[in-house]
Parts: sequence; structure tokens; C-alpha cells
Amino acid sequence: MTHPDPPLLALEQVGRDFDVSPPWIDRLLSRAPRQRLVAVDDVSLQIRRGETLALVGESGCGKSTLARLAVGLYVPTRGRVLFDGRAVIAADSGGSGAAGRQRQRMQMIFQDPYASLNPRWRVGAIVGEPLRVHGLVPDRVAERSRVGELLEQVGLSARDAARYPHEFSGGQRQRISVARALSSNPEFLVCDEPTSALDVSVQAQVLNLMRDLQARLGLTYLFISHNLAVVDHVADRVGVMYLGRVVELGPRDDVLNRPRHPYTRLLLDAIPDLSMAGIARPAIPGEVPNPLSPPSGCTFHPRCPLANERCRNEQPALLPATADVLVACHAVQEGRGLIAPERGA
Amino acid sequence: MTGSPATGPLLDVRHLRVEFPTRRGVLVAIDDVSLRIAPGEVLGVVGESGAGKSLTGMAVLGLLQPPGRIAAGEIHLQGGRIDNLAAAQLRAIRGRRIGAIFQDPLTALDPLFTVGAQITETIRTHLQVTANEARERAVALLREVGIPAPAQRFDQYPHQLSGGMRQRVVIALALCAEPALLIADEPTTALDVSTQAQIIELLARLVRDRGMGVMLITHDMGVIAAMADRVAVLYAGRVAEIGLVRDVIQRPRHPYTTGLMGAIPKRGSLATRLTQIDGAMPRLDAIPGGCAFHPRCERRLDRCLRERPQPTPADGSEVSCWLYPDDAS
Repeated sequence: MTHPDPPLLALEQVGRDFDVSPPWIDRLLSRAPRQRLVAVDDVSLQIRRGETLALVGESGCGKSTLARLAVGLYVPTRGRVLFDGRAVIAADSGGSGAAGRQRQRMQMIFQDPYASLNPRWRVGAIVGEPLRVHGLVPDRVAERSRVGELLEQVGLSARDAARYPHEFSGGQRQRISVARALSSNPEFLVCDEPTSALDVSVQAQVLNLMRDLQARLGLTYLFISHNLAVVDHVADRVGVMYLGRVVELGPRDDVLNRPRHPYTRLLLDAIPDLSMAGIARPAIPGEVPNPLSPPSGCTFHPRCPLANERCRNEQPALLPATADVLVACHAVQEGRGLIAPERGA
Repeated sequence: MTGSPATGPLLDVRHLRVEFPTRRGVLVAIDDVSLRIAPGEVLGVVGESGAGKSLTGMAVLGLLQPPGRIAAGEIHLQGGRIDNLAAAQLRAIRGRRIGAIFQDPLTALDPLFTVGAQITETIRTHLQVTANEARERAVALLREVGIPAPAQRFDQYPHQLSGGMRQRVVIALALCAEPALLIADEPTTALDVSTQAQIIELLARLVRDRGMGVMLITHDMGVIAAMADRVAVLYAGRVAEIGLVRDVIQRPRHPYTTGLMGAIPKRGSLATRLTQIDGAMPRLDAIPGGCAFHPRCERRLDRCLRERPQPTPADGSEVSCWLYPDDAS
């Protein structure tokens, strides 16, 4: 890659497992072994300053786990997560010193604005909490004026600080979440499905706001979504995940307009598109397999039209397909199967 | 209008009004909504949360939660009025002549009974068949909705099936008694995109094969584009615009529809900003006078503040907006 400055966030062969064993006594009675679910496996990617990397995939593909790994809410089981060249410090390891300084620079916006705001706190206290925690304001007066600025920055009024979350609509609540995330002047925001709980007209307001803030404040986004149209709208680069692994990663136009991995093509074919009114689309067989017993070899092979013996046995690595695009697929690397035609608007 | 006069519409909703009496006054959730569905036609009903789209479906099914009630208007099914029937008569229609599919396939199924038991129970409620015939029918239905190894799946419980398979079972349940009308309320919203595509394709095939009329309620214009013939856009309990899907998507007339189409992120669009409709849909206790959309409308006229627009034909669509005052087409 041709970018000299170091990435803001780098994941190096990151994996995360969860213990999903039944309770001890059940295991004993049924003589069942411990069960581990591999939520994220061998993911390496980098996010450069000022860019938006979007991760897409269906439920259970590990995209939210990856988001939490990026900010230290989960500790990786394997590999390393580096923020600005230093290992990300686990969120439960106390907030003083280097940990606090690092955490101030990264914030997260969650999916459900009804669950992520404390209903018993006033908006002013919610937005001001990071300011107090990180000691960014000398006194109450300064806190109040900074909270007012933050609320106005996201299109609310400074007077809204005195109100409670229930007095706001879903879109306004998500603006409050954004104001809270911005309060510690972060460089890096992780947004986990920030608009999927919102109606389209409200979603448009929040997406426009996030784009304006990025331009004004030079923010870097890791954007998690299952909605490819939203991703097309916000992302500079796109990563496609399937069963815990990144299967295709590259510039947005390459991944969404010239998809190479058969799964990316399947996903793009599956979304109903407004321009396709009345046109029959090919149906795609099968469903995402159970991550507790993933298929052998390439985990996508049971649904893949290009699968052969090698795909059933050998897991493909994420390798360059062009100068910018990485693809984990034997068929793409061997040049077997179809080259995707240009997909226009 | 599509419904040809020779056969008449399958469903005819005329000036429907649904009210919720509360201590602080009467909330009008659906206000003067008229829709028709011809046999074999898929009518999309689209709108944002609170627009009244699910309530419209519930009103047709006679499943409004008290104190909600139909305060005015009429609902006709195959030429007969159904909104004034007694509960027992309605129960005979629901499931028999009107099938329903709801959003969440897990809560629509009883976790304590096998899928086979649930389907045969429904079949035997509506049709005079023996237990063996019901079982044969159930297995055939499961096969028809694309469930592999239906005879084995028959004896499984809902938790043993994936989300997409459960939704197929729910569809099989809705089809048990071969209804003439299907009400599908967000049938794919809880599903992943690849599963959603399969379910859309299945529903489209069943509608084609059986000639059912469908009311497809969803917030997702993409699903409408994939499946519906015509679409009604609801706003604040009123029909803003109704017309052929192609027309409404490509040449929206009502300023709300225009804003809504611009707000949907589209793949391959070069626009850096989405069209933004400022503000939010009004709460039921604060619906503005005149046109309900006027406070958010960039093209409002003085008239919009005072007078409520009525549905008016405009180029094949019907639009409730003062920008289209008469028969301009």
C-alpha cells in the first residue's frame, strides 16, 4: 500500500473465542466437553487517519465483536490490536494514566439509542460524564458550557441538557450518543450499527451529521453495518466478514462495484434495490452455518457455486487480488470461475 | 385503479378511521385511509414508525387492541362487509380467507408444540379433514415453502429451526386454509439479507401460483420494489400517495415521498449527502391541522396550513397534496 503514515488502528491476526459451554453440572452428567465459539479469527486490517472503514456481514459474522475488540471492550484471545502504534488497553483495567489517555482518544456509538442512554440521568450529565472522568474541564461552569457546545454541534439546543432521554425521539437520542462520544475530543469513533434502529428519514439526518463531523473534526471511523447501501454511502474502504473472518477487503468502489469473493457477490445480489423494481433476482441457496460447528476448509464452501475439493479442505488466506483488494478465496486466486462484470448504479 | 370492475376488488378499505380513546382525548391513528387490492395483486404499504401501517393490517384482520377501535369507514372482503362482524364470525374469516404473517417468526410459533402439530391444528380448525389428511397436507405445505426433508421437520420444535426456516413455517401456517388475502407485516425485517432474498422470492412465487392478493406492510422500500405491484405511502395515519411502484419510486409526487426516496441510501449513488427531511413525524396527540406534513414541507402553500388535501389523481398515481389540486393529468 502506498500510504506512508502509520495506521491509526491496526489489527494483527486478531482472534477472539467465547466459552459457551453448558454449566459444569450439565457437562458432567452428559459427559460433554467444553465448547468454544470462535467469534473472530485471524483478522488483520488497518485503518488510516481520517478514513472510514466499514465492516459488513450478516448476523453472527463477528463484526460487532471486532468493534468491541477495537476499543478494548473485549480482549483478543489471539493477536494484537494496536492504536496509534500501542496495544489497546482493556477497558476494565482502570482509567488512570496511559489507559485514560488512550481511551479519551477513542469512543464508541452503539446501535440502540433507547438502551445506551441512562434514563435516570439528564442529558447534560450523560454528555458531560466523559469530561468529568477524563478531567477535561476545571469546574461545573466550564462543563456546562462545553456540553452546550457539544449539543449544538450535533444539531440539538444547549437547553436540552436539562431534559431526560425519554423526552427525545430516536434520532435525537442518537444525536445525544454522538455528542457524548465527541465530548472527549476523540480521533477515532467506532460506530456499531448506529442507524439501524432508526427510520430512513432520521437515518439520513444522522448519516449526514456523521459525515459533516468527520469533515470538520478529521475523525476516523470504524463503521459496522449490515446495510450495504448505507456502507456504500459512508465508507472509503469496505471489509466483508463471514463466520468470523474477513473474506474481502478493499476500496469501496472495488468491493461494491467489482466484487470478487463469491460471498460478496451473493450479498450484493441479495439486497432488494430500488432500481430493480419488478426484476426477478436469482435466489441464493443456504444460510449462514452454525459458528459452533463451522464447515471445513473455506467456511463458505457449502453455499459457494465455485467450490471444489481444495475449498472443502483448505482454508484460504486473505491475499492480494489486485494492488488494493485482498480476497480470501481459492477460486479467485486460481482464476477459476467468473470475473464479475462491472456493476454500475 | 387496477381492480377491474368485472371481478371487483378482493379487499376494499373505504375511509377507514381508527381511534384510541384516552383520558386526555381521542387519538386518531388512522384517518380516512382508502385502499383496494385486486385478486393476485401485491399492494405495498410503506411508512415510518408510527405512520399507521401495521394498524391498517390489524384493522383488516379485526385484531385491533382495545381501546383501539374502528370509528368510521368500512372494510369489504370479496364484496362482503367484514368490519362490523361479530368476533366469532371474524374468527372464521381469519386464517380461512385472510392469512397473516408477522415480523418475528419466533414469537409467532408456540415453542411447546412441534411445527407439524401447529400446522395440522390450523388445518383442522378451518377445513374438514381427517388427522391423516391434515398431516399429508402439512408435509406438502412444508415442501411447498421450501423446507428440505419436510417429513422430518414436521416433528421438530421451532427452536430446532433457523430464522429463515421458522419464517417459512409461519408462511406455511398462513397458507393452510388457502386464503384469498395475505397480510404480511414486515415479513423479512428480522432476517438477514440472503435469507430475506429467499423469503421474498418464495412469497412472490406463492402469490403467483395461488393468485392471492397481498397487503405487504414494510418500512423497507427495497422489499416493496422487489415484490409489490402498487404502493401506498402512509404518513401520520393518512395516505400521502398511492400508485404503481415504478411511478412512486421514480417519479414521486408528494413532497414527503420525494424526501423519503432521497433519504434512502442507494448503492452506486454519487451524492455525498442524503436528502434530509428535517423534523420528525408528529405524535398522535399533536397532528398538525391542514396537511399533516406541512410543518416539514419545503413546498407548502398557505392552503396547506388550513385545508386538508384529498386524494387526487395525478399521472396514474393518487396524491393527497395541494400541489396537485385537480385532475391535471
